[in-house]
Amino acid sequence: MIPAAFEYFTPSTLSEAIALLEEHGDEAKILSGGHSLIPMMRYRLASPEKIVDINGIPDLEYIKEEDGYLKIGGLTREVALEDTPMIREKYPLLYDTAVMIADPQVRNLATIGGNIAHGDAANDHPATMLALGAEVVATGPNGERVIPIDDFFLGLYYTALEPTEIITEIRIPVADGNSSGTYKKMERKVGDYATAAVAVQVTMNGSGPAKVGIGLTNVGPTPIRAKRSEELLVGQPITDELIKEAGKLASEDCAPTADLRGSEEYKRSVVSVLTQRALKTAFERALSS
Amino acid sequence: MKCKTSAEVGGMGHSIKRKEDARFLQGKGQYTDDFKFPGMLHMKILRSPFAYAKILSIDSSAAMELEGVLAVVTGETLKEYNLHWMPTLMSDTQMVLPTDTVMYQAQEVAAVIATDPYIAADALELIEVEYDPMDPVINPHTALEPDKPILRPDKEGQTNNHIWHWETGDREATNKIFDEAEVVVKQDIYIPRIHVASIETCGCIANFDKINEHLTVHMTTQAPHAIRTVLALVAGHVGLSEEKIRVISPDIGGGFGGKVPVYPGYVIATAASVLIGKPVKWIEDRSENLQADSFARDYHMTGEIAATKDGKMKALRIKTLADHGYTDAAANPSKFPAGMFSVCTGSYEFENAFTEMDAVYTNKAPGGVAYRCSFRVTEAVHAIERMVDVLAQEVGMDPAELRLKNFIQPEQMPYKTPLGWEYDSGDYPMTFKKALDKIGYDELRKEQAEKRARGEFMGIGISTFTEIVGAGPSKDFDILGIKMFDSAEIRVHPTGKAIARFGTKSQGQGHETTYAQIIAEELGLPAAHIQVEEGDTDTAPYGLGTYASRSTPTAGAAAAMAARKLRDKARKIAAYLLEVSEEDLEWEPGKFFVKGAPEKSKTIQDIAFAAYTNHPQGMEAGFEATHYYDPPNLTFPYGAYICVVDIDKGTGEVKIRRFLAIDDCGNIINPMIVEGQVHGGLTMGLAPAMYEELIYDDEGNILTGTFMDYLVPTAVETPAWETDKTITPSPHHPIGAKGIGESATVGAPPAIANAVVDALAHLGVKHVDIPVTAPKVWQILKEKGVAEA
Repeated sequence: MIPAAFEYFTPSTLSEAIALLEEHGDEAKILSGGHSLIPMMRYRLASPEKIVDINGIPDLEYIKEEDGYLKIGGLTREVALEDTPMIREKYPLLYDTAVMIADPQVRNLATIGGNIAHGDAANDHPATMLALGAEVVATGPNGERVIPIDDFFLGLYYTALEPTEIITEIRIPVADGNSSGTYKKMERKVGDYATAAVAVQVTMNGSGPAKVGIGLTNVGPTPIRAKRSEELLVGQPITDELIKEAGKLASEDCAPTADLRGSEEYKRSVVSVLTQRALKTAFERALSS
Repeated sequence: MKCKTSAEVGGMGHSIKRKEDARFLQGKGQYTDDFKFPGMLHMKILRSPFAYAKILSIDSSAAMELEGVLAVVTGETLKEYNLHWMPTLMSDTQMVLPTDTVMYQAQEVAAVIATDPYIAADALELIEVEYDPMDPVINPHTALEPDKPILRPDKEGQTNNHIWHWETGDREATNKIFDEAEVVVKQDIYIPRIHVASIETCGCIANFDKINEHLTVHMTTQAPHAIRTVLALVAGHVGLSEEKIRVISPDIGGGFGGKVPVYPGYVIATAASVLIGKPVKWIEDRSENLQADSFARDYHMTGEIAATKDGKMKALRIKTLADHGYTDAAANPSKFPAGMFSVCTGSYEFENAFTEMDAVYTNKAPGGVAYRCSFRVTEAVHAIERMVDVLAQEVGMDPAELRLKNFIQPEQMPYKTPLGWEYDSGDYPMTFKKALDKIGYDELRKEQAEKRARGEFMGIGISTFTEIVGAGPSKDFDILGIKMFDSAEIRVHPTGKAIARFGTKSQGQGHETTYAQIIAEELGLPAAHIQVEEGDTDTAPYGLGTYASRSTPTAGAAAAMAARKLRDKARKIAAYLLEVSEEDLEWEPGKFFVKGAPEKSKTIQDIAFAAYTNHPQGMEAGFEATHYYDPPNLTFPYGAYICVVDIDKGTGEVKIRRFLAIDDCGNIINPMIVEGQVHGGLTMGLAPAMYEELIYDDEGNILTGTFMDYLVPTAVETPAWETDKTITPSPHHPIGAKGIGESATVGAPPAIANAVVDALAHLGVKHVDIPVTAPKVWQILKEKGVAEA
């Protein structure tokens, strides 16, 4: 459980960090909360030669509403989502997700940017961000660029992020009074990756949804948007049958593989069940808000 | 329970706070890894990636070139000293390091000794091992087939992978009852391979002083004296002599049986220290601990009960296939290959019983250990408690009613079981009825019926188990021939304060408190004034250690007996001081007084002082006593557990709504500590019932080698335990106590499994193997067409 030797850098500005990434290329890995990277290093599954610890860069930890977006700094800790009343009230999907991530010790240090940047479909925020229609702000040698979440996750541990880029912000369209959501996660025990999890965000227009976002966790090589389920529901009056059908479509559109958490068939069934439960909760919340 | 001593004295029955907790709660415990010695070297072990492979070559030249590496130890190195194999407690043999073949994934292949652990870890990557992988034997059910390789050709006369056959009971008489029975039920039950996963992994620091030829080993061991003797026996030929070996077992972060065996790492570190002449520290990491240290359980059982159609049980048969890995390295102190499995007739009266077992070799880690029980009792209890429910279902009786109909009755105690044990005491119906009342059994059954009508799944599971602890009487137990007594030595100082030393070793059980309370009870010295020490073989009296809930039954008894010797001496001194005859004195905790003249008295402190300052002529000075207690019988604590579960028919998740545990461990020394033991034990019963399993794939890769997949439940998964007790003293134990550390681990799993089966019983489900996981339950719901989709 001892990692291989590495060189350790502690840049104090963003540009310094990016310069280090430019200098060291593939040899370098960014250390943020470290909760994915450090275990991989300790098992020697990853042996990066240079570690660029970005925790000393100021002004990357914040949660604020501005210019029609909820803006979350890339270094914001998971615990901040739990502790910010505005998140709990207006973005229950984010709150529900945060409290299901690992355990309190991890959440005190783990960052939202890191959770997304790792490109792991088993992480919880990727599906959440799909459901919320987020955008990722990446900063590199040529400044900022905005990546729509649907273009971000390209494969297992593979994202649209360039090796010289750092996630500096996540932008989510501001929720209005007709929106709500939830995250339903099935895990074997606390701290486990999801057997399957479903993130749902809805915006109501009368008795039917004007917008529906559904993201699926850990049932494919990337987080998956349950597109057919979303389309099925938009603009329709909510019925149990429709919700059931949305669950069925989601279970068809995911791509789980069998492992110790269950068979492919089981995981598809869990996706269906959790999708239905998440939709029901989201609709109830949105209609009562 | 009424206390005989005041709160200040803190004898039996007082929930005094644990003396050891001050240091534990402040992070000041001293564990093996906390010790550092000048010049200390560090050892790391290279492990096999294959389950079964020839070793073609090991090239350690690159590793040796790394600065800071002193040695790379291989099987060939050890072979020069004839230390490459070691005996197991089961008269089998185990490799310390292999010379030609690896037998399981994660087996030790070589060890690096370096000046710091980082260099040692880097050096492991530089050792080049050439393997020739072979098809492993993984499935024990096919291990004996003729086309399977013979895994242990090194053993003379070994023509297949069979290790031993063991049987007990009257086969013919039992078969006859079965042949004539009105009802026979039969069920395959697997109790899976699990791991104790103590919070502290194993490790040691071997420190050989070449000048004095003296070896000190700090080691995370539950049995320091036994380890010392083993080291003297296995390494006598290289100059280790028992008087020059000191084993120190410092604070231990959980043992549960996993710290009874001698692991290869201990031997390698010791050999390295002897060769180099410097201290060598070896501390396992978590994965090594999970993958290579002794497993527990792994019994494939087939149970059968013969009964009348109205549910009176007549006979029991259990046939078992035991998967021992590549060697039988069981930490089993009994004379029976399957330990105390023959307690499998449980709390019930059978006319006869028969059990037989075959053990086989496979390419898995060797073992096993007990996992918080007397060796193989949990397996036995799981079998019988599951089978009772299988029978209840077959004859259409409520499982509570069937149990009440078949219990051994209190007036039958002491009760000789058909398989030869003599239960000391117990009132099973009384304890069970208390549990039924307390949980509101009849109400729960009504609720269940209503829920079933609505298509909801709720189950009620019962376990009314009998434990067998306190190894043990010398007729049935020994380690390397050493009888399984345990010891206490009490020295009372002139000022009336005392130190007491024991041959056992606490790993969290609270010995520093409870032993002091036993002595306080017997002598009236405040428990706060009694310092308890264990774990240093240079100072403690010889003992066999702590496991199998044996500390209270053996060393606890020794404490009482040694204290009584002191009280006998105290009486003589008091008579001398008060100028009366011994017969004229009466004892109350803490003092002797003259009958009819209570104002004429001497306190135990007065007497202790006099023992050094003013003792009668002809009497030896001092106030010390030692006792070695060889128990006349085991103790048989028992319990009645009831578990209520609800099942999510969408995901298959099982939620434990309530779990009531009523335990009877005889007289109680410290109720708070007993309750803590029960809470911990229940959680370690929940673990294998719902979460933990060591799983191998067909190639022998261990799939659950980290805490990512070996699922140890946390406080989040643990229900709010409800506990209560009844008290049926042990008639043969000096203070009427029984061991309690493991009852709950033994008794809880079948209560949970029975509850899950009960929730599904109306669908025709008869059995679910543990761990009862969500996918497993969902699969049943789906097959029965009731899963929510």
